[in-house]
Amino acid sequence: MHNKSLKELSIGLQNKEFSSVELTQVFLNRIKQHQDLNAFITITEEIALQSAKEADIRIANKKTDSLTGIPVAQKDIFCTLDVKTSCGSMMLDNFNAPYNATVIEKFNQAGAVMLGKLNMDEFAMGSSNETSYYGAVKNPWNTHKVPGGSSGGSAVAVAAKLAAFATGTDTGGSIRQPAALCGITGLKPTYGRVSRFGMIAYASSLDQGGPMTHSAEDAAIVLQTMAGFDPKDSTSVDLPVPDYSATLNQPLTGLKIGLPKEFFSDDLNAEMATKLSAAIDEYRKLGAEIKEVSMPNLKLAIPAYYVIAPAECSANLSRFDGVRFGHRCENPVDLTDLYTRSRGEGFGKEVKRRILMGTYALSTGYYDAYYVKAQKIRRLISDDFKNALTEVDVIMGPVTPTPAFDIGEKMSDPVEMYLSDIYTIAINLAGLPALSIPAGFINEMPIGLQIIGNYFTEAHLLNIAHQYQQVTNWHQQTPKGFA
Amino acid sequence: MEWETVIGLEIHTQLATQSKIFSGASTAYGAEPNTQACAVDLGLPGVLPVLNEDAVRKAVIFGMAIEAHIAPYSIFARKNYFYPDLPKGYQISQMDHPIVGKGHLDIEVDGVTKRIGITRAHLEEDAGKSLHENFHGLTGIDLNRAGTPLLEIVSEPEMSSAKEAVTYMRKLHELVRYLGICDGNMQEGSFRCDANVSVRPKGQVEFGTRAEIKNINSFKFVEKAINHEIERQIELIENGGKVVQETRLYDSVKDETRSMRSKEEANDYRYFPDPDLLPVIIDEDFKAQIKANLPELPHAKKLRFKTDYQLDDESASILTSSRTLSDYFEAVVNASGSEAKLCANWITGDLSAALNKADLEITDSPISYERLAGLLTRITDNTISGKIAKQVFEELWQSSASADEIIAEKGLKQITDTGAIETIINKIIADNQDQVEQYRSGKDKVFAFFVGQVMKEMKGKANPAEVNKILKEKLQG
Repeated sequence: MHNKSLKELSIGLQNKEFSSVELTQVFLNRIKQHQDLNAFITITEEIALQSAKEADIRIANKKTDSLTGIPVAQKDIFCTLDVKTSCGSMMLDNFNAPYNATVIEKFNQAGAVMLGKLNMDEFAMGSSNETSYYGAVKNPWNTHKVPGGSSGGSAVAVAAKLAAFATGTDTGGSIRQPAALCGITGLKPTYGRVSRFGMIAYASSLDQGGPMTHSAEDAAIVLQTMAGFDPKDSTSVDLPVPDYSATLNQPLTGLKIGLPKEFFSDDLNAEMATKLSAAIDEYRKLGAEIKEVSMPNLKLAIPAYYVIAPAECSANLSRFDGVRFGHRCENPVDLTDLYTRSRGEGFGKEVKRRILMGTYALSTGYYDAYYVKAQKIRRLISDDFKNALTEVDVIMGPVTPTPAFDIGEKMSDPVEMYLSDIYTIAINLAGLPALSIPAGFINEMPIGLQIIGNYFTEAHLLNIAHQYQQVTNWHQQTPKGFA
Repeated sequence: MEWETVIGLEIHTQLATQSKIFSGASTAYGAEPNTQACAVDLGLPGVLPVLNEDAVRKAVIFGMAIEAHIAPYSIFARKNYFYPDLPKGYQISQMDHPIVGKGHLDIEVDGVTKRIGITRAHLEEDAGKSLHENFHGLTGIDLNRAGTPLLEIVSEPEMSSAKEAVTYMRKLHELVRYLGICDGNMQEGSFRCDANVSVRPKGQVEFGTRAEIKNINSFKFVEKAINHEIERQIELIENGGKVVQETRLYDSVKDETRSMRSKEEANDYRYFPDPDLLPVIIDEDFKAQIKANLPELPHAKKLRFKTDYQLDDESASILTSSRTLSDYFEAVVNASGSEAKLCANWITGDLSAALNKADLEITDSPISYERLAGLLTRITDNTISGKIAKQVFEELWQSSASADEIIAEKGLKQITDTGAIETIINKIIADNQDQVEQYRSGKDKVFAFFVGQVMKEMKGKANPAEVNKILKEKLQG
């Protein structure tokens, strides 16, 4: 059952081949069996079985949605009513959210079954899932390797088949990079396509939730539920949501693919280049035209991102002060002591680093030199994409510089760690949709192909990814021991 | 040395919206602590602000009333600082692009009109309250007020005395209430003032170093605090000291200001645009819609009252100080058919005095405009004299009867029957021959005695003109 696509699961449930309770139990068993991967922070077994029962009643009454009865695991960044929502931090280890995020609400309405909350880098800050208060998550392809981050738990839950699908969030690559490193499909929608209400903010102008699935076909189904305008999120966009599954099979004849020369320079790992060019050849066979494009400002993406994201996070994380919720230090002697110890104890090293960087960048005398300048670069990068996307329909490139690295390898060198998002970060700065699909293996570790589209062209991206997945089977590979 | 003072005011007005500026929680005052604070107001993880359109509308109304530039594009910024009653660790405010730009307000001090520039007015959210009483050395936090919409109105440093500052503050208070954008309740903190005060030698162009006095919540205290601060600064400089830029608190009990924090200790607020909120775009349609519903502004109304109703400056000022009062006045004029001046005199005189005494607003007046108009109609058509009218007014205040009912019931109708008046006058002349002699020998003052006697006899109901006329004839014999 755990190997089935979402469509197959839905059909199986509706034809009573198996019940949602049975299906849920299969996944719960697999979660327990593979706890060493550390993918979950919280397993919500009781809630899962209860919702599965309700889903079975819905199915019996033929009031089904495409996700009714299907087990999902949620990144622990989405607030879930009365369930621990830790954001991977000691700060929120004691926090049971008093409300549901809009995304969670939508899955509940669809009748999806929540299996639990997934491990992640603390407050989504990290690219290896090693900054989590709950410990590193292991990559099922090689348990000495990182799964990527920050949605590392999500990528592993899907790759190891511990859930039928998962949610992730992506601020600088946090869906696409772990998807690539774990061999699954991950879509970061256009900024504003999926509600951020109830999604604990890291960098508000960059954060976006999206599906993490086995295939583009699955991602289309999940995004259908996640997407849409939310009056509770002023930055969500009030545009109609297209039928993402309807256009999956459109032919790609005449599709214009742009390859930014900045992505395919000599700096790109040779094996990675070979694998990507093989993937692009598949597209050529499918009728696409390939064209080189240039985006001269891409190289500025990492420095700009590491000003803007920390600046926003420095304010976003101020609410964690030990006063109303979350970690509070023992016996504070005064207000300053309450703040410094609660925050000092509750936050991990990387989070503190980013709060400090952001605070610095926003300080009097530095604001213009850092924040304002970074915003200008952000505009230049958006313009680069805008220009390129007038010449071509989509842009393709690597997701990561290398396959998954070893656990512990980059933890002592933050800049080296930040560079693992070098191909994904610019897309967040521009607010564009992009997805990562499995495109082969290097040394038995999966790698991804990134497809970047224009604003609100998720349907087209999914169509392009799906067509590739019709002629390749990278996305169907399963790590050894997880079949 | 002669000194001059420079004062600028920052006034926080609570906008009278139903719900908060970024959440749906109620803004009603006085609820149990933390019962009007929703997830957004509490700053829970994951929550997002959504701008209340009514707050924007009220800010624009204010901007129009001070003839200010309304920004077509304004943005919200985060003002970062830690305080337990500031749930998010930042306040959503406006910095570089406020919604209301330059405007002005005219004030009148000692008969001279002075135009005070308003630099800007911006929208922001209020913080909660820290409660230090009844917590045994601990502090309680009430977040009911957190997220209440504020319009911070910043004046130019153009006031040169505490008196001017208070006049400006009163005028602004009057205006925001007139516009219906703020309830003006100062006890509840709906209208609060920070004053920037500096002194400089008379004639010097550069400003002196200023001190900011925070959170003064009454007109009386603003005047006292500023005057105290002026004295303190002058004394300091004259004794060879220097004013330091700092924030000071006014202690109304000791009548003094004291230092709260210096510039060095001041927060670096690290303002930056709030990424959770979109820029506020105000288009011509939105402005036109507001303009169409804008009430006649006090200044324009005052001019109209002076020309249309021939009122003097003082009456026109008083009657246009609030919308309800001017509405009442115009309703009385229309309903009574009396001269506007008579209506104005009664409203600014007897009625205002009675309301003041009973501590009532015009909206709570026991005498409706119809009933007052009924009284004034009877003065105008000579049914009663002005003196009797005061008696009827008393009855109107006490009962719910109409003026006509009171006049009829108490038999207060003026006697214009010359025969009846003549009879009484004959009797009084006969009874007071001594006084008649005095009058006839040239003592004109005695005439008043006779009028008094007649009125007394006729219980004040005689038509005074008739009495005068007949008395004169009879006394001259």
